[in-house]
Amino acid sequence: MRIGVILRPALVLLLLALVLKPAWFAPVFAPLVPEGTPVIYARSSLLSLSLSHLGLVAAATTAATLVAVTLAILVTRQAGEAFRPLSRTITNLGQTFPPVAVLALAVPALGFGAGPTLVALFLYGLLPIFENAVTGLSTLPPTTMEAARGIGLNRWQRLVQVEVPLALPVMLTGIRLSVVISLGTATIGSTVAARTLGEVIIAGLLTSNTAYVVQGGLIVGLFAVLIYDALVQLEAHLVRRAGG
Amino acid sequence: MIEIDQITKTYNGVSVVDAVTMTVETGTITVIVGTSGSGKTTLLRMINRLEEPSSGEVRINGESTRATKPHLLRRRIGYAIQGHGLFPHHTVARNIGAVPKLLNWPKDRIRTRVDELLALFSMDPEQFRDRFPAELSGGQQQRVGVARALASRPDLLLMDEPFGALDPIIRARAQDDLRRIQKALGSTIMLVTHDMEEAIRLGDRVAVMDSGRLVQHGTPAEIIAHPATTFVADMVGDVERPLRLLSLVPLSEVVEDGAATGDGLPADASLRDALSSCLWTGRTAVPVERDGAVIGRVTLDAIRARAELRA
Repeated sequence: MRIGVILRPALVLLLLALVLKPAWFAPVFAPLVPEGTPVIYARSSLLSLSLSHLGLVAAATTAATLVAVTLAILVTRQAGEAFRPLSRTITNLGQTFPPVAVLALAVPALGFGAGPTLVALFLYGLLPIFENAVTGLSTLPPTTMEAARGIGLNRWQRLVQVEVPLALPVMLTGIRLSVVISLGTATIGSTVAARTLGEVIIAGLLTSNTAYVVQGGLIVGLFAVLIYDALVQLEAHLVRRAGG
Repeated sequence: MIEIDQITKTYNGVSVVDAVTMTVETGTITVIVGTSGSGKTTLLRMINRLEEPSSGEVRINGESTRATKPHLLRRRIGYAIQGHGLFPHHTVARNIGAVPKLLNWPKDRIRTRVDELLALFSMDPEQFRDRFPAELSGGQQQRVGVARALASRPDLLLMDEPFGALDPIIRARAQDDLRRIQKALGSTIMLVTHDMEEAIRLGDRVAVMDSGRLVQHGTPAEIIAHPATTFVADMVGDVERPLRLLSLVPLSEVVEDGAATGDGLPADASLRDALSSCLWTGRTAVPVERDGAVIGRVTLDAIRARAELRA
């Protein structure tokens, strides 16, 4: 706990510096490359790449959350129970496909750019969110559900006021997993010309510039760690509030 | 008045509740007692339509429960269950105010009602209003559960083994509280239990269920003195029948003039307490007190006369 108090702001500052003032790190990265090669990626601004990267992840995760949670709600209703195995198969399929294959298959249909990456991230993110939402919604305390019905909440009120709030921490765990997977996976989107931090890494790989690779990798890694940590805090807060 | 008319529930051709007919008077506690599988819980759940009856009808103050949509019906009927079933993510105040909120009461009226109920259950509103259920003891959670069921002043309060999860001391307190609050509010209560002791202690009327049938419905004294079937006699417990009978009679009913030695008992204690006190201290009579002053005595002979089976 105490280590987090110091480490968390330190990592945030490090990340901000890497993104906003990359030039500061030139002396650090210089030993990684032969003399004369550029040390700091300058073909486009790291800030705009970061924002675009995060934007893609946010858009894909939001869409995946909406679809997966809606699906989970439907299959945990009595009428939708029969569809649970089918929807599980579909979401599983989304994760079985390697994202690279999805990218390759989506390019002919959607062209180069952000489109194929969004599709890949969306499909890849469905499964953890769906599985966790189903678990959360089907393991609610039975006496609470019985009481909710017994005091006169209708189906919709039970869903909105009781089931979703109680399942929220478990759902959030799924979203967290999905976000972290997407943050990493988004980097390969740059192979089909999506603007992500993968651009820096790929540029490094193509020109054997280790400094670029480390720079891009470090930024993506820090984003993943910090966002993961923030979501863990949020879950803990929700669980505390629910008296769990 | 609650009229249950030939109500039946059948699962796959087997009757779980078989043509039960009974009437519950307004302002009384009726305890439905039976072993597990006797259909007592199903009977209770058919009253607020958590289970739909296969046939028969329930009328509340003359109006059939079929006339209202189930969730609207349930807002008029309080419901408290074993293990309280509170909403863990809502505060005590929000839990208690749940039904009034569904009924669109104005906010300040809900707040007043919540504080009133907390005070009624001897819980300081200032201290408990904003707590979450997990921050309460088992007995407090159970009281909040009953307070929630009473919040909208329902026509009827249904309770399914409400004290089942409590330890014996807390349970006795909860039963006394329920009795006191029922008297104060004049509520009509139907309570399900498997515990005959609880039924005799709480009920104005006791209904005994056996394999889906209502085998006897009467006052606790009738049930103890004249069990209708051997099943009822077993439930009452042959050995304990005289003691159970004595536990129904307050000292004030048999107090006579005269002196007795030793510590006195309050006038609202039962003859069972007096007998126990006599046996324990080797006395043949105990003084009876009201508000600290001795008003007479109760003798062992008088106790014996009340305990004899008038069969």
